[in-house]
Amino acid sequence: MSLVDRLKKAIGLSPFHDPLVADLQKALSPDRVLEDYEERLLHSKDESVFEGGLAGPVCFPLTTEEVQSIMKIAQRHDRDVIPRGAGSGLAGGAIPLGAPVVVALTKMNNIIEVDIENRIAWVEPGVINLELSDHLRPMGFHYAPDPSSQQICTIGGNVANNSGGPHCLADGVTDTHVLAIEVVLPDGEVTQFGGLDPEPDGLDLRGAFIGSEGTLGIATKIAVRLTANPEAVKTILISFPTMRAAAETVSAVIAGGIVPAAMEAMDQRTIEVIENHVPAGYPKDAGAVLLVEVEGLPDGIEIDAERICEIAEKHQAEDIRIAQNSWQRDALWKGRKSAFGASTYISPNYYLHDTVVPRSALADVLDQVNAIASENDLTIMNVFHAGDGNLHPLLLFDAEEEGTLERVHAVGAEIVRISLEAGGVLSGEHGIGIEKQQFMNDLFSDEDLNHQNRLRFAFDPLCRINPGKVLPQGHSCADIQTLQKPPEGVWV
Amino acid sequence: MASVIDHALEEFAAEVGPVGPIAIQGGKTRWDANGVPIPEARLLSAPTGIVTYKPEEMIVTARAGTTVEDLHTHLKEHGQRTGLPDRGGTIGGAIAVGENDLNVLGKGRVRDAVLQIRYISADGEIISSGAPVVKNVSGFNLHKLLVGSFGTLGLIAEVTLRTNPVPAETMWLTAAITDPIKIFDSLYKPAAILWDGRTIWVQLEGHKPDVEKQQETLSQIGNFEQVERGPELPQHRWSLPPADLYTISNYKTGRFVASIGVGTVWAEHPQPLRTPDRGKQIIEERLKQQFDPTNRLNPGRKIGNWN
Ligand SMILES: Cc1cc2nc3c(=O)[nH]c(=O)nc-3n(C[C@H](O)[C@H](O)[C@H](O)COP(=O)(O)OP(=O)(O)OC[C@H]3O[C@@H](n4cnc5c(N)ncnc54)[C@H](O)[C@@H]3O)c2cc1C
Repeated sequence: MSLVDRLKKAIGLSPFHDPLVADLQKALSPDRVLEDYEERLLHSKDESVFEGGLAGPVCFPLTTEEVQSIMKIAQRHDRDVIPRGAGSGLAGGAIPLGAPVVVALTKMNNIIEVDIENRIAWVEPGVINLELSDHLRPMGFHYAPDPSSQQICTIGGNVANNSGGPHCLADGVTDTHVLAIEVVLPDGEVTQFGGLDPEPDGLDLRGAFIGSEGTLGIATKIAVRLTANPEAVKTILISFPTMRAAAETVSAVIAGGIVPAAMEAMDQRTIEVIENHVPAGYPKDAGAVLLVEVEGLPDGIEIDAERICEIAEKHQAEDIRIAQNSWQRDALWKGRKSAFGASTYISPNYYLHDTVVPRSALADVLDQVNAIASENDLTIMNVFHAGDGNLHPLLLFDAEEEGTLERVHAVGAEIVRISLEAGGVLSGEHGIGIEKQQFMNDLFSDEDLNHQNRLRFAFDPLCRINPGKVLPQGHSCADIQTLQKPPEGVWV
Repeated sequence: MASVIDHALEEFAAEVGPVGPIAIQGGKTRWDANGVPIPEARLLSAPTGIVTYKPEEMIVTARAGTTVEDLHTHLKEHGQRTGLPDRGGTIGGAIAVGENDLNVLGKGRVRDAVLQIRYISADGEIISSGAPVVKNVSGFNLHKLLVGSFGTLGLIAEVTLRTNPVPAETMWLTAAITDPIKIFDSLYKPAAILWDGRTIWVQLEGHKPDVEKQQETLSQIGNFEQVERGPELPQHRWSLPPADLYTISNYKTGRFVASIGVGTVWAEHPQPLRTPDRGKQIIEERLKQQFDPTNRLNPGRKIGNWN
């Protein structure tokens, strides 16, 4: 044992001596099965605020066969497994509970084939979302779902979380754009869900897998649909005196039968933070702005853009800017895309929430959310996918300040309650993970959850993949005895 | 929280009860798809009627026995429609079968339209999955699994669907064309391109000037003329990767109409049975075991076109 390891052991941060590591290293290679403390610590977290994860050995497979081997070895050693992409998830989906083998798919990052005739691309799960679109764009296509984290998140993670993004309003979220998935099942068998044909035989296991947060198997190859680049795009920034006026415009646009390609909202504090730190030319005195984009053929988008502007004007729009070229368009989007990053200039920590409400309830719900935050003395930024009613209240805080995190969680619980009361749901894109398990009983009956558990069970009867997630305590795969306790034979 | 259960659903659940084989009949338009229910099965119909419709949310909730025609007639008053196929039958039937309409490129897939399903379980309970909002990652997607399940996992009782606007202009055009790829490549988001080997039918949708411009593009490629509707479709339905349509003569379809860019083929002869993937089949069997261990839901129907 090295001196560093001995020191770590002395202070309770001991190296990991896991009996299955030798088998894993033999199946992969020693440099792709890591068991040192730093590596495991790094892989015990995601981008959420949750602590308490405990990673087992971290494997970096390169092929489907290697993923199969990992599954089989884990099974032989009676150990759990957790798939992991970039770790950018915000609900704790990739946080390992009970020292499972971490299957990090980031090295399986090849775009295997772009098949223009079938309008699909086969990719490995570790391909970065933006890199896929950048690869496709010169060919006249792109991959439509564009999460704000697209520079870092993986297609595998997107599939697991059924991720969305600003441009999913008209085109649909991940589920609409994934046709087939090669999956390694918990017992190490490999199979394909879905197909390139429009109506594959049998049950839609593809549909059940997407959004299952890494609990049903490991995606090792994904066939995504190629979306044709639009012939014309119009990007409009509309400012309003209040967020209420902006939110009412969103409802009115949808009610008017227009589904723009994107319709994003930002509140006054967000505009201020953007303009102070990463200026994008947003009107600093506005109470809220909407960033609306319409795509399609040149004449049609003129008609839609005109109608959207008319509707906005009826709802107190103050200033309407239409990007005249791609440079101006990029500038308008730059503000939206930099908003989260900019928040770090004014606060060391953030907690990004994610609920969905009916679009007609947006204005009222936002009022309530803001009131709860200010009652609890928390700063809040609202920057969100308004077009589909997907709220993203961003709570800013300093974790060093005692008691703050408790207040953040309390406000989070209130945001969930307000959203459900308005007829909404727990999450629009981040998933349940460990963040919202305790609220699942508020959305579903016991019988509903029992049926969800049956689905989980049919894929993973032994609860080996990512246990302790999604379903609340009381359902079989949710019952991890103690989150920190390592399995038999493992010392930490 | 959102579980205010409709009285009609409770009555339906009571009718289903916890024992004995049950078959559900919709419009019987696809009655013999994937096998016919055994004669001993009690024949029931799902409740009917639109429960709530919020045009401003682009969402509608209806009981599964409502016909797609009634639904679409109602939605049309507000300039909306759904991805369900307009070919007769009920909402529940359309979802249980899961087949898309011929203009799927325009109106969207059935599976993308379904936001929430309430179904009656093999135990006679009302189960909800999904929610009446347009974006949702909250728990496992039982409702996705029910699309195309032929009523073998649960009996669809009530459905919430995403609606979309009926385009301002719709036009069918036809011409004698031997190269359908050229047509597909030259159009931006056509609603349908159907081809029988000699003739092509194109459905254009959208704002009037866009449709007219696309019509002009077409007229530069072939001698297109406007028609009332698309072609008569042969009886059997095939599902192929879209690129296979360009070499469709390799398949024994007989007379055919193929949906270019989609992969659906309506053919004179049925599609040969496909060999299932074993891993997938094991999960399907386990799902059946989990959701209907006594095989009382639509017994006699099997899932998929397998041998
Ligand atoms: C600043 C910021 C902005 C964000 N914006 C958005 C947004 O706009 N829209 C949005 O949807 N999300 C957003 N997210 C959340 C996050 O980026 C997405 O959920 C993303 O899809 C996660 O991808 P990942 O590769 O990081 O997955 P991870 O975080 O590593 O994993 C997420 C889940 O996927 C599972 N998983 C990963 N790979 C596989 C696989 N191959 N097979 C099976 N399961 C797998 C994991 O077990 C885990 O449960 C944002 C996050 C941040 C930090």
